[in-house]
Amino acid sequence: MSGWPLLSLVTFLPLVGVVFILLIKGDKEAADRNARYTALWATLFTFVISIGLWASFDSSTAEFQFVERLPWIADGVAYHLGIDGISLLFVILTTFLMPICVVASWEAIDTRVREYMIALLVMETMMIGVFCALDFVLFYLFFEGGLIPMFLIIGVWGGAQRIYSTFKFFLYTLVGSVLLLVAVIYLYVETGTTDVPALMKAGLPSEVQRWLWLAFLASFAVKVPMWPVHTWLPDAHVEAPTAGSVILAGVLLKMGGYGFLRFSIPMLPDASVYFAPLIFSLSVVAIIYTSLVALMQEDMKKLIAYASVAHMGFVTLGTFTFTQQGIEGGLFQMLSHGLISGALFLSVGVVYDRLHTREISRYGGLVHRMPMYAFVFMVFTLANAGLPGTSGFVGEFLSLVGVFQISSWVALLATTGIILGAAYSLWLYRRVVFGPLTKSDLKTMLDLSPREIAIFAPLVATIVFFGVYPDALLGAMHASVENLILQHQAALAQVRTAALLTY
Amino acid sequence: MLYAAIVFLPLIGAIVAGLFGRLIGVRASQLVPCLALSVSGILAAIGLYDMAAGQAKIQVRLFSWIVSGDFDVSWSLRIDALTAVMMFTVSVVSAIIHWYSIGYMAHDPHRPRFFAYLSLFTFAMLMLVTSDNFLQLYFGWEGVGVCSYFLIGFWFDRPSANAAAIKAFVVNRVGDCGFALGIMAVFFTFNSIEFDVVFANAPAVAGKSFEFLGAEYDILTVTTLLLFIGAMGKSAQVPLHTWLPDAMEGPTPVSALIHAATMVTAGVFLVARCSPLFEYAPTTLAVVTVIGAFTAIFAASIGLVQNDIKRVIAYSTCSQLGYMFFAAGVGAYQVAIFHLMTHAFFKALLFLGSGSVIHGFSDEQDMRKMGGAWRLMPVTYAVMWIGSLALAGIPFFAGYYSKDLIIESAFAAGTDVGYLAFYLGIGAAALTAFYSWRLLFMTFHGQSRADAEVLSHVHESPKIMTIPLILLAIGALFAGIVGYDALVGEGRVLFWRDAILVLPGHDVIEAAHHVPWWVKVLPILVAIGGIALAWQYYIRRPEKPGQLVKVHPDLYQFLLNKWYVDELYEVLFVRPAKFIGRVFWIVGDGRIIDGFGPNGVAQAVIALARRASILQSGYVYHYAFAMLIGVAALVTWFFARTGGGLP
Repeated sequence: MSGWPLLSLVTFLPLVGVVFILLIKGDKEAADRNARYTALWATLFTFVISIGLWASFDSSTAEFQFVERLPWIADGVAYHLGIDGISLLFVILTTFLMPICVVASWEAIDTRVREYMIALLVMETMMIGVFCALDFVLFYLFFEGGLIPMFLIIGVWGGAQRIYSTFKFFLYTLVGSVLLLVAVIYLYVETGTTDVPALMKAGLPSEVQRWLWLAFLASFAVKVPMWPVHTWLPDAHVEAPTAGSVILAGVLLKMGGYGFLRFSIPMLPDASVYFAPLIFSLSVVAIIYTSLVALMQEDMKKLIAYASVAHMGFVTLGTFTFTQQGIEGGLFQMLSHGLISGALFLSVGVVYDRLHTREISRYGGLVHRMPMYAFVFMVFTLANAGLPGTSGFVGEFLSLVGVFQISSWVALLATTGIILGAAYSLWLYRRVVFGPLTKSDLKTMLDLSPREIAIFAPLVATIVFFGVYPDALLGAMHASVENLILQHQAALAQVRTAALLTY
Repeated sequence: MLYAAIVFLPLIGAIVAGLFGRLIGVRASQLVPCLALSVSGILAAIGLYDMAAGQAKIQVRLFSWIVSGDFDVSWSLRIDALTAVMMFTVSVVSAIIHWYSIGYMAHDPHRPRFFAYLSLFTFAMLMLVTSDNFLQLYFGWEGVGVCSYFLIGFWFDRPSANAAAIKAFVVNRVGDCGFALGIMAVFFTFNSIEFDVVFANAPAVAGKSFEFLGAEYDILTVTTLLLFIGAMGKSAQVPLHTWLPDAMEGPTPVSALIHAATMVTAGVFLVARCSPLFEYAPTTLAVVTVIGAFTAIFAASIGLVQNDIKRVIAYSTCSQLGYMFFAAGVGAYQVAIFHLMTHAFFKALLFLGSGSVIHGFSDEQDMRKMGGAWRLMPVTYAVMWIGSLALAGIPFFAGYYSKDLIIESAFAAGTDVGYLAFYLGIGAAALTAFYSWRLLFMTFHGQSRADAEVLSHVHESPKIMTIPLILLAIGALFAGIVGYDALVGEGRVLFWRDAILVLPGHDVIEAAHHVPWWVKVLPILVAIGGIALAWQYYIRRPEKPGQLVKVHPDLYQFLLNKWYVDELYEVLFVRPAKFIGRVFWIVGDGRIIDGFGPNGVAQAVIALARRASILQSGYVYHYAFAMLIGVAALVTWFFARTGGGLP
């Protein structure tokens, strides 16, 4: 197996699907159907191969694996791919969610189906590329490239306010990206390379680190999103079609947290420590502020979007504790949030497809007509509230354990998030699913179709499985996270001594 | 294996009834959980017997759960004397209540779901008591919480049931927040959350301090206080008690099992389980004593005037939990657990008995619309008497052995908080007797206040309900006398072994056996006094309570409205949270962040573009002029930079 460029295969396989879709001919109906099936097969194949990656992944080492390296733009800027325990699971998360997204769009999208499926598949390539890239320029390319299909998915297939939302989304991310680009160029000029493993060993002076760190932050914080640059997210989610929301919440948001772990912390260790209190403050504000805002929402998707911001607050908190529990908690929280928030958006999609509104007050008493839906939605709601035994608990708790070792104040404030999390999750559920069934248009709603069951079954299974046996994921991260912490400490010591010598 | 079966049989029952209920039919999905629980209950009784006969502590590791660096937690079972008592209580009471539910829920269309929740709850509770580390305990803790949420909101059409369910979960989460922080503090201090490791190292940590919230505090005091906050939430101690009375929205078997016999006692179990930590934190123990004693009298005072039959018993539960806590607070953990067990029997009995009454009165819960029913439902009447006698602590009933010993322990502790708890406990005992007989008299005696239509239907419950009542009545009669010697009498050292740690010189129970005679007699006297007073007020002179209300209307309203705690919380927490949430959303996100961020920038760009567009006049000479100025400026700048000389 080693001879194959497996990572490139996983990354670009969806593009093969695109080629097939482009070749499709025939009347609209047949073409649409073929486009759907082609996309489904392409994403499923990609998933299967990525599982192969996981199976042959050696979790005992922190080295990058499946490395591919080809000369590309210039010296020091190469086509360099590779994954370690930090990125592997994000690749799997992406390939796992994509077939679900395709199936979720099966009936909901009926205009420009071919184009839509192409956008999804291009999106997948970009996302996988982000997590596999070991060259900063390559990373940047994928990172930014992903914006375009997302922009189109929201802008073409979105809701009524889609143009405002797409521009807001674009404006935010662009400002961040420009600064990141400047930082990448600076790094290249200074060190002569954009190779990630090389840059990790660069040992930049601490003054420079701080400026670069802020430039990185501008880009990653928007993606996470951290307070106060989060306001694009609720709008984008509200307008995006269901699959768009799933990709956005499930994978795109994770690029921010991944960026911190892959670039900020290893390359800029000194600045990361210096700015950690800033991250803590922003994260705590995010958890409490957005939880309270979530409590007051009248739109289902907005509520979940705000809840996402709060949950991602635990990620940034954990990550910047530089403890094993904190970082692994943050990573786990990202993976679990990818599943749970994706599942919640899909749940909203189910009722949206039937009633074409996301307004909470238009619903109520769905349990009478849709017991199966009530069951799966309850599982996701409880997972969102961080119930032990679901994956939502593990990440949250581990990152808090990490945080407590750094600051009991931060831990205390962040822990209040679990109260609010329960409140807004259950409040949403109560208003949508429980209560008497009085509204006439709800009385004809049908329970989950076999297609929808096929979407939810794997999500319920994974959320519960990883809640009971999180070791399946944590085991793959240990070596890389340990190494990250060791490298971080070593780099920190190096910079500190250098700083001492200059005085 | 035996113990694993006790724990996992209910889970199997829950899965069968919950996921395959429609497949196997209503009847089977009732029978499977009931049989699973019955087997589990019998095995638990065998297990308790084994433990009493000297079986050593058992620890079984199932598989790893969360592993991250030093944070290494497994799913595992730990069976010692404490667990055995809890397992026995939980699974036996649960089994009885399962059977009772077949009768009580006979007309409900959602029975498979009900039984699934009930069994799932039992599983979570058993996971809680068999846990070998703090995190699995937390798992069970939250698990029982969520099942309680399901069951309180079981009738999901009722807005009040939904509100009560959410309230229960969220208020519990407030406590859990403390519990979670406590676990983090334990890990921070001991680098492990395994009970064995933590407890073994507790003496070494005792007296040391760490930085918490910016100041130096004693480690074990802070840790145990945080854990106790969790216990307060789950066990409905003031000020986190507000959810329990509302939880009565659930079906009555739920109130009996979860909100009386088992789940709410989890806090007491937690304190007992962590006795090796609490023993080194005298400050925390004092807090536990005071909170417990205050809750005992506080809840009893509210119970005096409530008219909903279930609410009276709910406040009674709250009050009895207060007793258990102050017992633990003065160091008599074993007595607390003993009372937990006897209480489980007689309180479940009282609840199921009141369920039988409610059933008989066509789902009426207001005692003002009952009365005179004793001839019509003799079995229920008899068992309610037994339950009340046990609750009031009348000699030779179960409560007498455990509750009086609690009061004596408080006295024997010889501390200030101990004496406080003693006197409050005596006071609460009087109130307890009063409200219990008020309930009995209002429900079963005097002229019936139900309308003729309802009265004509009043009937004794079917056998499927009365037999469980009789079983529980046997427990309420004999649980005290049978368990006394082993749990709190001569045999206690041999029975508990290392399951509960009491520091040398802190053996309150021994001292409690040797208190002055008046301390032993006083609780019985006040109980009889309370009963006599209730008789005076509700049988002999039934007009009296009304007169008393007229004389002290404010006091009556104060008690009737539960000391206005709910209203206070509404003003202090709920409304501000909603208000702040709205402000953050509209002002924070809307006006400030978006206003100065994307929307502001967009508007600025539009404004700028508009101004720029004015420049585009379309006249060639305007453009030519602008170009000329531009060239002139460039040339000037160029010469200025190069200092006038040509390059």
